[in-house]
Amino acid sequence: MAMLEVEDLNVRFYTEEGVVKATNDLSYQIEAGERFGVVGESGAGKSVTSLAVMRLIDEPGVVESGSIRFKGRDLLELSREEMREIRGDEISMIFQDAGTALNPAYTVGEQIAEAVRLHKEMSEAAARERTVELLDSVGIPDPAERYDEYPHQFSGGMQQRAVIAMALSCDPDLIIADEPTTALDVTIEAQILELLEEVTEEFDTAIQLITHDLGVIAEFCDRVMVMYAGRAVETAPVENIYYDPEHPYTVGLMSSIPRIGDERDRLDTIPGRMPDLVEMPSGCTFHPRCPYAEEACTRTEPPLVDVASGDPADPDAHLQHAAACLAHTGDLQGSLDYTVTVDGEEPAVRGDGGE
Amino acid sequence: MAVSSDEPLIRVEGLKKYYDSETGFFSRLLGEQRKVKAVDGVSFEIGEGETLGLVGESGCGKSTTGRTLLQLEQPTEGSVYYRGRDITNLDGEELRELRKEMQIIFQNPQSSLNPRLTVNDIIGEALDIHGMASGSSRDRQIKELLERVGLNASHANRYPNEFSGGQLQRVGIARALAVDPDFIVCDEPVSALDVSVQAQILNLLMDLQEEFGISYLFIAHDLSVVEHIADQIAVMYLGEIAETGTPEELFSPPQHPYTEALLSAIPEPDPGWEAERIILEGSVPSPVDPPSGCKFHTRCPRVIPPEEFSLEQAEWRAVLDLTTRIAGDDLSVEAVETGLDDTSVGNVAGALREEHGVPERLSDPEAEQLLSEALRATVEAAPEPVDTGIAEAFASPCTTARPELQSIDGGAAACHLFDERYADPPGAPAPTRGAED
Repeated sequence: MAMLEVEDLNVRFYTEEGVVKATNDLSYQIEAGERFGVVGESGAGKSVTSLAVMRLIDEPGVVESGSIRFKGRDLLELSREEMREIRGDEISMIFQDAGTALNPAYTVGEQIAEAVRLHKEMSEAAARERTVELLDSVGIPDPAERYDEYPHQFSGGMQQRAVIAMALSCDPDLIIADEPTTALDVTIEAQILELLEEVTEEFDTAIQLITHDLGVIAEFCDRVMVMYAGRAVETAPVENIYYDPEHPYTVGLMSSIPRIGDERDRLDTIPGRMPDLVEMPSGCTFHPRCPYAEEACTRTEPPLVDVASGDPADPDAHLQHAAACLAHTGDLQGSLDYTVTVDGEEPAVRGDGGE
Repeated sequence: MAVSSDEPLIRVEGLKKYYDSETGFFSRLLGEQRKVKAVDGVSFEIGEGETLGLVGESGCGKSTTGRTLLQLEQPTEGSVYYRGRDITNLDGEELRELRKEMQIIFQNPQSSLNPRLTVNDIIGEALDIHGMASGSSRDRQIKELLERVGLNASHANRYPNEFSGGQLQRVGIARALAVDPDFIVCDEPVSALDVSVQAQILNLLMDLQEEFGISYLFIAHDLSVVEHIADQIAVMYLGEIAETGTPEELFSPPQHPYTEALLSAIPEPDPGWEAERIILEGSVPSPVDPPSGCKFHTRCPRVIPPEEFSLEQAEWRAVLDLTTRIAGDDLSVEAVETGLDDTSVGNVAGALREEHGVPERLSDPEAEQLLSEALRATVEAAPEPVDTGIAEAFASPCTTARPELQSIDGGAAACHLFDERYADPPGAPAPTRGAED
């Protein structure tokens, strides 16, 4: 049994414009201590997925069906009280914008100490001591002094460190980090990624890292799920995704990143944009943008299958490379015509059928 | 307009932009006005049909440089020449004329396009202001522009909220193109977009440059994006240019240590990539009171040690951090004391050394004596400040002299490592701080 098992998750938002299908039969698992990456563009359903795990989906959104089992318990069945005990204690979350995640009216130290005391019975003095330790462990200089400072006195990188300290405060088993470095400069991003790597190793914490940045995933994660329009289109160990991508969307994403030392004059692009989640295209949701799409793609919705055997993907098989494309079920007449070249140490993916 | 052949389209000379920092009533009364040195003496040229990429971390003055160049902000000092003509002292009417030649595209099209106007009016406004077209020729021009930037001409009557981010950025580009400019400042035009859309916009900008011969000042924090689009790149740090050159020159050694660190920080989309990463400590210092000498010396992993001592790079880096804090009266003596059982001077000093990663004894005895004396004096005097003269004792070229841009093997860099007077051969491998910790 994996630590987190999400099965057939369907999240819907009932809006005036129609029903937004934010996730569609989404299934994935995370093992204890694993670093699991979720990658995709805006509107892919990455953040909704993590909010669903935290049970933070709010009106007009609902989790329509599916289950989210954490250490064997279905989180969707828990009472609000029980869920609150898990949140912050066993599963905690790091948001993109640390500035808004912190309350401007309390000192940074008070906020972390409050989280500590909420879950662990501790005296005020002991919570303070623990907080100073935490601030120190996330690399905040002069932690005892900075305990009494307010969030606005912290730089962006320091605020994110404080949020990480808060997330670590109760030794969670799983941290969900939603674009934790997107708002930061590269130099600060490197610091924060190094820190996350250290702390997850030290405390053997699993992490679900949500990002649009393939570089961050490559550096940090063991396993990856690529999402498109609320679905998992490809899941695999990180090396397979980069060196042997099996879904045209993954290929498109990789070839549109500008790389240092890249000789291309023009970047490959994925024409068009993410579909409207209210009126999804028929068949494969990626077919209007896919350079390899055929008539069959407009009719048949491709299931997530093992790329080697073509059998339905097995959520328990963690080293499996699965993709949701008709090319792997034998329903496509042509083939996915692209090559992955690894130039020296730097691989680059080129799509021949792209723009 | 006649232009001499050797005059570039844009020439910026010693451009400075200072802002008044917010100060309280009393400091105003006492005449203590502190300046935020957002741009502090920047010079560069951009030729016709060329792209200059301007990169750096947030707060380094990239956007202010772009805005001041366009005269959206009055420069504090320095000149901007457009086709050889100084444009820093133009009156309102002359400036308006100039806007036909020089345009800007912003990072966030959602907030830079008026939500109450249709796309037709957003683009048409530029044509109206300059009296460039009216009636049916105006409509025709707008439709042509929309199609040129990859939108549907039938979208002209839609409002901004009906478009996606990438499409809105195309509208922003069409608006800038409407007056047929020679020069466009692109201020982080793709940072808010998804990667696949980012590639579409970058390709469009390059196509337009080829077709109309437009020059760009392309401002971005993402070095790989800039490398892709720019002919020349300037790396900024705290209001100054640290290094400049073509992408090839900039991305291969010899390099300014800051450029080297920025490059190495980019996460590589390759799980097998095993390069040693340089992690810069801390963040960009405040531009109100920038560091002395080379502004990068407080974070530089290759800072030059003082001549009189023989100190290893990692050792010297740690010593410099500690002495900077002693000299700046910024040492958290009390906070360290509260965490200790034994608060004797020696013990506190030891804890402070440990906190800054300074070894118990420095390899150079003379340096050791100076440091331990200053540390002792500071701990004894705390919380009162004490003048230890430590900064002067450990003065290095990096902490005292401002480096000038000088040509290096490929491009130009403002770094004392490339100055013959300060010995050490440039490009010599230096230990990085991250590796020591």
